[in-house]
Amino acid sequence: MSTLLLLIVILINFYVLGSARLVACIRAVALQGALLSLLPLVAHGPSGHALILGVGALLFKGIFIPWLLLRAIREVRIRREVEPYIGFVPTLFLGALVTAGAFVFADFLPLAAEHHAGLYVPAALSTMAGGFLLLMTRRKAITQVLGYLMLENGIFIFAILLSAAIPLMVEAGILLDLLVGVFVMGIVLNQISREFATLNTERLTALKE
Amino acid sequence: MLIVLILFPLLAAALSYALPWYQGRSWVLAVSGAVHLLLSLWLVIPSPVPLGPWLGLDALSRLVLVVTSLLYSGCALYAVGYLNLRRDRGNRVIIPCLLVFLAAMTLAISARHLGLLWMAVEATTIASAPLIYYNRNRLSIEATWKYLLLCSVGIGLAMLGMLFVAYAALVGGSTPVSLQFDTLLAGAAGLSRPWLHAGFVFLLVGFGTKMGLAPLHTWKPDAYGEAPGMVGALLAGGLTSVAFLAILRAVQLMNAAGDGAMARQALLGMGLLSLLLAAIFMVRQPDIKRLLAYSSVEHMGILAIGVGLGGVATFGAMLHLVNNALTKGCLFLSAGNIQRAYASKKLSEVHGAMATLPLSGSLFLGGFLAITGSPPFGPFMSEFTILRGAFGSGHTLIGLVMLLLLAMVFIGMGATALGATQGEAVKLDTKFKDNFLLVAAPLFFLLLVLLLGVYLPAPLQTALKDAAALLEVKP
Repeated sequence: MSTLLLLIVILINFYVLGSARLVACIRAVALQGALLSLLPLVAHGPSGHALILGVGALLFKGIFIPWLLLRAIREVRIRREVEPYIGFVPTLFLGALVTAGAFVFADFLPLAAEHHAGLYVPAALSTMAGGFLLLMTRRKAITQVLGYLMLENGIFIFAILLSAAIPLMVEAGILLDLLVGVFVMGIVLNQISREFATLNTERLTALKE
Repeated sequence: MLIVLILFPLLAAALSYALPWYQGRSWVLAVSGAVHLLLSLWLVIPSPVPLGPWLGLDALSRLVLVVTSLLYSGCALYAVGYLNLRRDRGNRVIIPCLLVFLAAMTLAISARHLGLLWMAVEATTIASAPLIYYNRNRLSIEATWKYLLLCSVGIGLAMLGMLFVAYAALVGGSTPVSLQFDTLLAGAAGLSRPWLHAGFVFLLVGFGTKMGLAPLHTWKPDAYGEAPGMVGALLAGGLTSVAFLAILRAVQLMNAAGDGAMARQALLGMGLLSLLLAAIFMVRQPDIKRLLAYSSVEHMGILAIGVGLGGVATFGAMLHLVNNALTKGCLFLSAGNIQRAYASKKLSEVHGAMATLPLSGSLFLGGFLAITGSPPFGPFMSEFTILRGAFGSGHTLIGLVMLLLLAMVFIGMGATALGATQGEAVKLDTKFKDNFLLVAAPLFFLLLVLLLGVYLPAPLQTALKDAAALLEVKP
């Protein structure tokens, strides 16, 4: 079950890396977040902790944050990512490369015995790498926020292996931080588009030496 | 009691948001700053309270708490005068944000659980983004965006580092796995080495981004350059100290696990790189606030080097943390006054500040002399202690490189700072005048730094020694 979920998560990485339509990208990242919210239940069984964590992740990662982002792009009327720094096909290729690398690398890691079989570690690594690729190769500020969210999703997968170590209160705080962070980013996005009439970050280059 | 220190700024934030009176809101901030300082002193000065599972103050956090609180209360007083000059921009957003920022910093300082520490540091990022955006123009948007994105990603990596530390405990066989800091320290010997090392590197990179250690400092000149002067002071003196404390926690963990040498080497490397890059970018820097930002990168480097060297130099680094915070407070606040008066922070327009604004100009010059390590100011003593540590422990090469780079910084920073302050008086287009609220805090900071240079009170010396002792390797 967890293997199937994580495979879909990895496929979503590829979809986001290869898609130019921003709405579709936001929905895909939302779906990824929603799928991840099932993971605690799958991994640890239906305990109270897993249930609350799952519901919290579903609310924040699957519903609230995507809604904030969708609202932000509706207001600034952009639909497509055009001219990324590195084209869509090369990014997909890079994505495939790092995913393969993640699977190979995970085999060499000194993991605890019970984590050798599952897909958790390679999925976490490849999702984080996918997030970094988005952050580095795209011009639109909103895609960079998506990259940040994907990075956080990757970290979330790894965190599920350790959810016993992180008390519920801290998890709630971490999710809340993420939500408020994206909310503030949404406000800044709005201001960027108002000032510059674009969301392209290459216009944000006045400050340099 | 500690919880009150964290919660009351939040209450004050709500109060100031609701208050419909402009100067009243500013005074809520100033009074909260003063109350925070008094409460902190009251908490710190008596005999140490035992550490709780979530919150607690050890010698390191006591030091950072008092320094941050002192800086904050000064900046809060300055804010009353400053925000009165900026009635066009308003204060209904900035004051609640400043107060939430104070609460988040206090929580980060007193956290005894790595998860809570992470949460608080991320909250400081979010609360300080609106502060950097205060001027609401294109440049400040750009600075805010870079700050928000880089620091969020950086903090994300710190989260990963934290998880790696937890995984080290899991692989090492400790059950139940806990990120409570004292539990981790006690079981440090059993942590799995590869995961602990990976965790340390990610924590260093993550919190190092926040602290502004090179090569992760790129947001710093933009953010400090575009933010109001008092926000620059709070970031450069307060937030960086908090981020440094987070890194020191990772160092403590490595020490307890017996891998302190690796941690110290990493800090030495990043510290020297910060010093080098800052020195290069400070030469012919035409913008006085960006100059101060690079100076902040330089001093973060010095702190890292001090802890990296160990021994006497760690004591020096603790003293330098105090000196750096107070001197940066003086510099940023007086630079803010100069910027208000000249309506510019570029060297092409700012000159003759000492003749035009006798108080702010002299304070800026005094701050420059202090921060570059001229005697008799405090930073001279702390930098000297760190250098003595370097030469005394046989790191002659590092000591020489450091001396050379400090000289380069002095010349580079001096050209800009003297250019801005010396020369004939200029007729100003603005109505700005130095007044008590705008010069009291920087003057107070400069006097304190001067005092620390000539005389180190015994209680402070003990506090610094206790803090440094926490970073020593125990056999």
